[in-house]
Amino acid sequence: MNSIIKLENIVKKFYIGQPNELEILHGISLEVKDGEFVSIVGPSGSGKSTLMNMIGILDRPTSGNYILDGINVGEADESELSEIRNQKIGFVFQTYNLIPKTNALKNVELPMLYAGMERSKRIKRAKELLELVEMSDRAKHLPEELSGGQKQRVAIARAMANDPAIILADEPTGALDSKTGRLVMDLFHKLNKENKKTIVLITHSNELASETDRIISIKDGVIIDEKSGEGKKC
Amino acid sequence: MLIIENIILAINSLLSNKMRALLTMLGIIIGIGSVIAIITVGDSLTLSVSENMQSMGANDVYVTINPRDSEVENASIEGATYGTLENSNVMPSDEDYITNDMIRDLSNKFQDEIYAINLQYSVGSGNIELNNKNANVSVYGVSAGYFITNELTILGGHMFSQTDFEEGKNVTIVSDKLVENIFDGDINKAIGSEIQTNVNNKIGNFTIIGVYENQDMYMMGMSMGTNSATDMYIPLKSTTAFESGELKYEYMQIITKVGVDSDKLVTKITNYFEPYYSSNRNYEIRAFTMGSMVSMLTDMLSTITLAISIVAGIALIVGGIGVMNIMLVSVTERTREIGTRKALGAKNSSIRTQFIVEAMIICLIGGVIGVILGIGGGVLASNLLGYPAKPSVSGIIISLIFSMSIGVFFGYYPANKAAKMNPIDALRYE
Repeated sequence: MNSIIKLENIVKKFYIGQPNELEILHGISLEVKDGEFVSIVGPSGSGKSTLMNMIGILDRPTSGNYILDGINVGEADESELSEIRNQKIGFVFQTYNLIPKTNALKNVELPMLYAGMERSKRIKRAKELLELVEMSDRAKHLPEELSGGQKQRVAIARAMANDPAIILADEPTGALDSKTGRLVMDLFHKLNKENKKTIVLITHSNELASETDRIISIKDGVIIDEKSGEGKKC
Repeated sequence: MLIIENIILAINSLLSNKMRALLTMLGIIIGIGSVIAIITVGDSLTLSVSENMQSMGANDVYVTINPRDSEVENASIEGATYGTLENSNVMPSDEDYITNDMIRDLSNKFQDEIYAINLQYSVGSGNIELNNKNANVSVYGVSAGYFITNELTILGGHMFSQTDFEEGKNVTIVSDKLVENIFDGDINKAIGSEIQTNVNNKIGNFTIIGVYENQDMYMMGMSMGTNSATDMYIPLKSTTAFESGELKYEYMQIITKVGVDSDKLVTKITNYFEPYYSSNRNYEIRAFTMGSMVSMLTDMLSTITLAISIVAGIALIVGGIGVMNIMLVSVTERTREIGTRKALGAKNSSIRTQFIVEAMIICLIGGVIGVILGIGGGVLASNLLGYPAKPSVSGIIISLIFSMSIGVFFGYYPANKAAKMNPIDALRYE
């Protein structure tokens, strides 16, 4: 299988050249294959958020190579990075980050809007995606009218909008109770199995991580362990 | 990103903070509103005044005697002091007036330029009594040229004939209002009737040969009362019934021939009168055209408009700073949203456009409200002053474009701040 994510010796330093220079990631190399469901676990301060920012190209590494779906991200300028984020990555945040005062449908449309898709196509696709996450009946609801689980489902639909190469989920169940958290995890499994989506899950919960195909543990900015998960329990 | 989406987004954002949006717009509303109101009043005034003056004949040359010491008046509007000699402390005496000799000589000298000279001699206020009914009149002796520029709508009978003027016949043209008061509105009965006019206890008998339609003078919104005096015209020579001796004038109107440069004629006429008045310590001759007065008045009004517009412009800049302030607050408040948008693939330019459009929409809505209030205020003020209101379309368009430019100018900095946000910091912002 092709690798979708290929990180080579990624180093990230902050406050470069200043007395308080800080190296968070000490040369991380990592590959994620097409269709894999990978989890990255680690305690807080381990550098997993920084790693997530690297994978999500929200930030650039100090050194090292990153090839995402065949594109060398290091060579892209700011505007191209926006395009890559738009086309290749679907973000799911712990705090949902739906755009306030904008209904569910419009939120799902947003990545397609930035991609320049025409209105009718956009609406059609957004409706399909809301159906996929079983939120069709809430399409016209504003985020503040939705429960946490519903918001996260809308956020997942939004992450799927431009059919990205990967879905990058940062503690997606962190703000949910265990029951709704379960529903969200089931949705990820469904997207992984049925829609063949590559999913990178960042979590501090070993229990959730164990459901995934592969668990990557990081601590103090290095990968300390890599093992196969048990897959979804039925 | 599509501009329409941005506009919808901006409107939604404003609707979610109505009070704040309104307060932000206030500066723009006041600025645009006052500019539009002032322009509306100014334009209406200019238009109305210049139409009035044009109808009096813009190319005609007016000649009047003017007190030498009324420097203040001369400075304000040159020549506008004609007929207002009561403002001066020195009433004109016999040697100050324009005489028939001067006029005859003048018309001979400039016969290529002068088409007619309109002379009007104000006999005074009079009273007419007939069959126990009475009417007040202002009696004017007029020359043949008078009706060329002061057109009357004749309702019955006819105008003075050449013979009437030459022989000074005791005939008169009166207003329909007088006919109303004395002949119960029966024009046919009035024509041919002889009326006895009493001016300062001097009696003149005149036969009515024509009735004209009285144009009610609306000045400052007030109409004259029903019993007010209307003009009664008699041939200039017929004024001998009330006056003895030679007629003298403080004012005359020269109707120029077609193609005559009236501004040049003004100079010639001023020069012509120079020898007569050079030794007169109290009075001098002033000649002017209505056209020059119109342009002077227009200039004055546009100077006032400009001055007030500058003040309003300052209000707009202050308003713009208010918009900038609120946009900065808005950007900070929506830091997380900006981060999310960036994570979803929004380019810096998309974020910048979004916030600039929002600032523009604030200013545009403010501008539209300002225009509406400004037109309302301007129309109201014009009507109170008694002029027909005429809102300036170009003024409105320029104001709206200007207010949008303010949006762009003052929205750029906050929008750029939003665009340059680091997505990670923005996403992490609490």
